[in-house]
Amino acid sequence: MDNKITGAEALIRGLIAEGVDTVFGYPGGAIMPVYDKLYDFSDTLNHILTRHEQGAIHAAEGFARVSKRTGVVIVTSGPAATNVMTGLSDATMDSTPLVVITGQVSASLLGSDAFQETDVVGITQPISKWAYQIRHAKDIAWAVSRAFFIANSGRPGPVVLDFAKNAQEEMIEFEPYHRCKFIRSYIPYPTVYESDLRRVADIINDSSRPMIISGHGVMIAGAEDQLATLAEKADIPVASTMLGLSTMPSDHPLFKGMVGMHGNIGPNYNTNRADLIVAIGMRFDDRVTGNTKLYAPQAKIVHIDIDESEFNKNIRAHATIHGDAREVLTRIIPLVREAKHTKWLKSFELPEAVEREKVTKDAVFRDDPQGLPCMGEVAYKVSMAAGHDSVLVTDVGQNQLLSVKHFKYTSPRSVITSGGLGTMGYGLPAAIGAKMAAPHRQVCFFTGDGGMQMTIQELGTIMQYQTAVKIIILNNNFLGNVRQWQVMFYNNRLSQTPMVNPDYPAIAKAYGIEAETVERREQLDAAIERMLKHNGAYILNVMVDENDMVFPMTPGGQAVDYILLNQNEVFDPSSKK
Amino acid sequence: MEQPTLFTIAVFTENHIGLLNQLSIILTRRAINIESITASRCLIPEVHKITLTCYSDPVTIEKVVKQIEKKIDVLKAFFYTDDQIVYQEVALYKVPTSRLLDEQNLEEIIRRHSARILEITRDYTVVEKTGHIDETEALFEELKRYDLRQFVRSGRVAITKSPIEYVDRFLAEQEQRRQNLDRQ
Ligand SMILES: Cc1cc2nc3c(=O)[nH]c(=O)nc-3n(C[C@H](O)[C@H](O)[C@H](O)COP(=O)(O)OP(=O)(O)OC[C@H]3O[C@@H](n4cnc5c(N)ncnc54)[C@H](O)[C@@H]3O)c2cc1C
Ligand SMILES: Cc1ncc(C[n+]2csc(CCOP(=O)(O)OP(=O)(O)O)c2C)c(N)n1
Repeated sequence: MDNKITGAEALIRGLIAEGVDTVFGYPGGAIMPVYDKLYDFSDTLNHILTRHEQGAIHAAEGFARVSKRTGVVIVTSGPAATNVMTGLSDATMDSTPLVVITGQVSASLLGSDAFQETDVVGITQPISKWAYQIRHAKDIAWAVSRAFFIANSGRPGPVVLDFAKNAQEEMIEFEPYHRCKFIRSYIPYPTVYESDLRRVADIINDSSRPMIISGHGVMIAGAEDQLATLAEKADIPVASTMLGLSTMPSDHPLFKGMVGMHGNIGPNYNTNRADLIVAIGMRFDDRVTGNTKLYAPQAKIVHIDIDESEFNKNIRAHATIHGDAREVLTRIIPLVREAKHTKWLKSFELPEAVEREKVTKDAVFRDDPQGLPCMGEVAYKVSMAAGHDSVLVTDVGQNQLLSVKHFKYTSPRSVITSGGLGTMGYGLPAAIGAKMAAPHRQVCFFTGDGGMQMTIQELGTIMQYQTAVKIIILNNNFLGNVRQWQVMFYNNRLSQTPMVNPDYPAIAKAYGIEAETVERREQLDAAIERMLKHNGAYILNVMVDENDMVFPMTPGGQAVDYILLNQNEVFDPSSKK
Repeated sequence: MEQPTLFTIAVFTENHIGLLNQLSIILTRRAINIESITASRCLIPEVHKITLTCYSDPVTIEKVVKQIEKKIDVLKAFFYTDDQIVYQEVALYKVPTSRLLDEQNLEEIIRRHSARILEITRDYTVVEKTGHIDETEALFEELKRYDLRQFVRSGRVAITKSPIEYVDRFLAEQEQRRQNLDRQ
């Protein structure tokens, strides 16, 4: 028997050998041999046809973020390849493992401006973890196995395989597939040195006002239990970055909230009171540090990260441990002494009380039954009603900041949001991908009216695959986050932020999706209940107060402990609340 | 602001297509100009060495080199100041032969600069000078007076003074890792 297969089949067999069961994509000329072969493998490989390639890649991101698995995207060349650029950049920023396969013109035509030729490797090198062009079928197994290894080891990221059409068609000998475990020029899991661990343990043992900042890397490492053990043993308060939310349950007594521009007062204020910051799997984004010159002036900084290039990039560290967070934490726990920091922990109470009184009360607990609901209030109520283990997916803007803040987390991998790139339009497809990877979890997607319309075509994907995501549009007829900045920093000049909206329930109806609009506070609870009880997808179009603002806030360029409670009031711990 | 320093960056890579682009975009993002660049094989089989020079400051250059090293196909990257390396460049000069013949002191110039003549035709003469940039530059200044027609200088090549060969050590460690993985 002839034991030859096409390059296209070699790719698909490679995907299956890597454990892939779902791919997101969109067909076209330069990838047709692969799509033709997919037809034969439709029992094993579930292909999700999104309505736009950007949708495919964000869906793959949502899929990866919720499940830790590698998201796979298949698109054609040229315009399809350029349509995935935003997602590649997003996934690079947020350390999300993807393998993105783009069709490419035949190798003989490369460089000739052939139909739908784009220099994909050239464009994607700065925004991917690795980009490789497969020009011959014999390279497929090598490239695919490397791609999966690179994407989901060390610091995860997106890998691009630019697959020339001739290589898809060439016949090669069928050979068993070997997963890649080693690349000479790549150290995904660096050796963790005992001396580094001891040094850091000593610093922790000597500290009296320590604070842990837990980042996305803790989740990537699967180190949530170790994080809790360390914090509990040494009695250290834990804050998280936005992407580190849900590394610790919201109601853990040591969890003190989120740091950063729109974080909670307690951890931000105390960043500049702490004598030690232990940063784990986070990269000191400027949204986190505010003015770096005024950041944590009293503290030693210990930075634990798997990516050496993050050390001293934004914040100088006194000590670093280069390695996987789970390994580092596991090994450092025995070296850290039990301690009590009662007074230090108590110092979070005043800022917490001020935030409750002066910010949260107004953002979440208003009682006018006829009034328009507020964004934070909707997020809080949905979270309470959806209960344990639900996943929050957000778009970008006020909807994002207020929902991540007021949602409650019980288990890890519960926040899917575009952090580093802040990609509007990310949310809807990411929610679809998240639901597909975690069908048993309730997926609640919050979006603004702006972001919703950036990828609204993906309602078609929801319709086709009956994906039961709960879509909550926080509809303020404004590009709210930009509006907030215009109000605060641009003299109220609302340049190009008011937005006329379509009739969302009518759109939902056209896609066969259940929907309703909420216009008054008194309608909210019942509507949320209907949404969550409904078996399929649901759109809850909530008209919210356009004057809603995200507070607390540390304006750009300020120290993290300069915190606005509202437009007129700065947090002052000495004043009576 | 402190004076920028000239740094030499040495990058040891796998020999894949597109590597230079990967390096140069890292520098471009930080608006660092590449002063010179060379690429060649090195002692280790299948490993390529790219040597480039640029002006920067110690803090930035360290970040840049870490970002270069992070690239999957890069084995190791280092940066040096001039005192840590032995380095050399080569320059070629094309001058009209007639002008040279007219000059009394041509021989003196060539001798003084320890330059060599590579080729003489009726029409032109090609002179080669190997040395540091100030030396090739000095010859350039003198030959300019003789209707210099072409001038070119190579990128820097450099070898470290350190007694430790870090790339060898890295490869040995990696080989150990590979064997450990195979055993698992
Ligand atoms: C409108 C808007 C406002 C925002 N406001 C805030 C804000 O107020 N506060 C805030 O925090 N963020 C905010 N963000 C998000 C912010 O831009 C960053 O995305 C976020 O701070 C990054 O969090 P991170 O460093 O934990 O995660 P990432 O950026 O994903 O970085 C992960 C880090 O973990 C490391 N890592 C990966 N794997 C491992 C491992 N196995 N072991 C150890 N380390 C590992 C990586 O090397 C990297 O350094 C905002 C975003 C938007 C769009
Ligand atoms: C693709 C993209 N374009 C522009 C922006 C800039 N931007 C950030 S937030 C925002 C407003 C978002 O408005 P909306 O989606 O209605 O959400 P809201 O802030 O009102 O909740 C804009 C325009 C962005 N983040 N992404």
